[in-house]
Amino acid sequence: MIYLQLLWVFVKIGVLGFGGGYAMLSLIQHEVVDHYGWMTTTDFADMVAISQMTPGPISINLATYVGHTSAGFGGALLASFALCLPSIIMVYFILKLFMSKQNSAILTNTLKGLKPAIAGLIFAAGLAMMNTQNFVDFGCGQYNISVIICVLAFVASYFFKANPILLIVLSGIIGFFAF
Amino acid sequence: MKKAFELFWSFFKIGAFTLGGGYAMLSMVEKAVVDQKKWIPNDEFWDMIAVVQSLPGVFAVNTALYVGHRVAGTKGAFAAMLGAIIPSIVIILLLATVFHEFHDNPVVERIFKGIRPCVVALILAPSLRMIKSAKVTWKTAIIPIAAVFLIWWCKISPAYVILAAIAGSLIYALVINRRETARRETRDDSPSTVSGASSRVSESRVSSQNEKEAES
Repeated sequence: MIYLQLLWVFVKIGVLGFGGGYAMLSLIQHEVVDHYGWMTTTDFADMVAISQMTPGPISINLATYVGHTSAGFGGALLASFALCLPSIIMVYFILKLFMSKQNSAILTNTLKGLKPAIAGLIFAAGLAMMNTQNFVDFGCGQYNISVIICVLAFVASYFFKANPILLIVLSGIIGFFAF
Repeated sequence: MKKAFELFWSFFKIGAFTLGGGYAMLSMVEKAVVDQKKWIPNDEFWDMIAVVQSLPGVFAVNTALYVGHRVAGTKGAFAAMLGAIIPSIVIILLLATVFHEFHDNPVVERIFKGIRPCVVALILAPSLRMIKSAKVTWKTAIIPIAAVFLIWWCKISPAYVILAAIAGSLIYALVINRRETARRETRDDSPSTVSGASSRVSESRVSSQNEKEAES
């Protein structure tokens, strides 16, 4: 049963995952944390951090991790395969259709229109993770180290395009000394 | 078979050594496929990327499947795809097993207490960068705001939000397409269609550049 659920969830994410790995975060979070409850919101945050720090596509890393936590080794392989399945079908049956100049123009324009919505999707995934499980010292004491880390990381990432791995490592060091 | 193995090995190396997801991978794929192996001509490669990046699914997997299929058929497609994903799967499986052991370790827990707020920032930042690259105006700002409201506040599945957005964008794209075809017909001379096609290619290349910036 869990295998069927994993298959369904990740095929769905493979079909609807427009706009790259981050856009899939929101879909994965909704299914895995809210709907099926396979992991908590802190597990999800840890998983995103680990996927960021390891090589390879972030969404494949996430699928493998989710599959492993919910159904072991077989689950990991199944989830990754399920995520790729729509792509395999697409390459064989749909891609030829889109290679014509006109159809590919329609596709590119569709994605352009889709982009603002995808940005909203990613933002919502970030908002959903802003809770006391991930910001452990929020509301207790006058120094909110979690909030400070979040704001500094945001500024470094958004304005200075800092390397995400570097930011994760630095935050880990701050966490080690602060908590 | 030799080509299939070469494809597997090229994508395996790319999958094992690129940090930061699909778009970081792109320049490595270009180097391997276009410059070194000369499997696909440069123009065709970038035209293909423009299409592939608009498709749903894992960008790296889509690229691997397409390049593999183009170079060595079905065997090539599967070889390239497996090459791209096997390093990820192996590394995560190893880490997941180890991490499970250390998860309750107090030192690890302290480190992750620092990392979690950083992860939130790392998700929020690219979404705002994406809004910037999508050239959202005050009029179109309603789209991302509505998406956030529906998912975060109303707890509606993001799947439905995406489906609704696809429907809207597709109508928008079809309208633009019809308008462009109409314009081309009124002009009614063949050189303009050629220049129109090439400008579309360069435009899509620019948009793929924007995409890369947004993701990096």
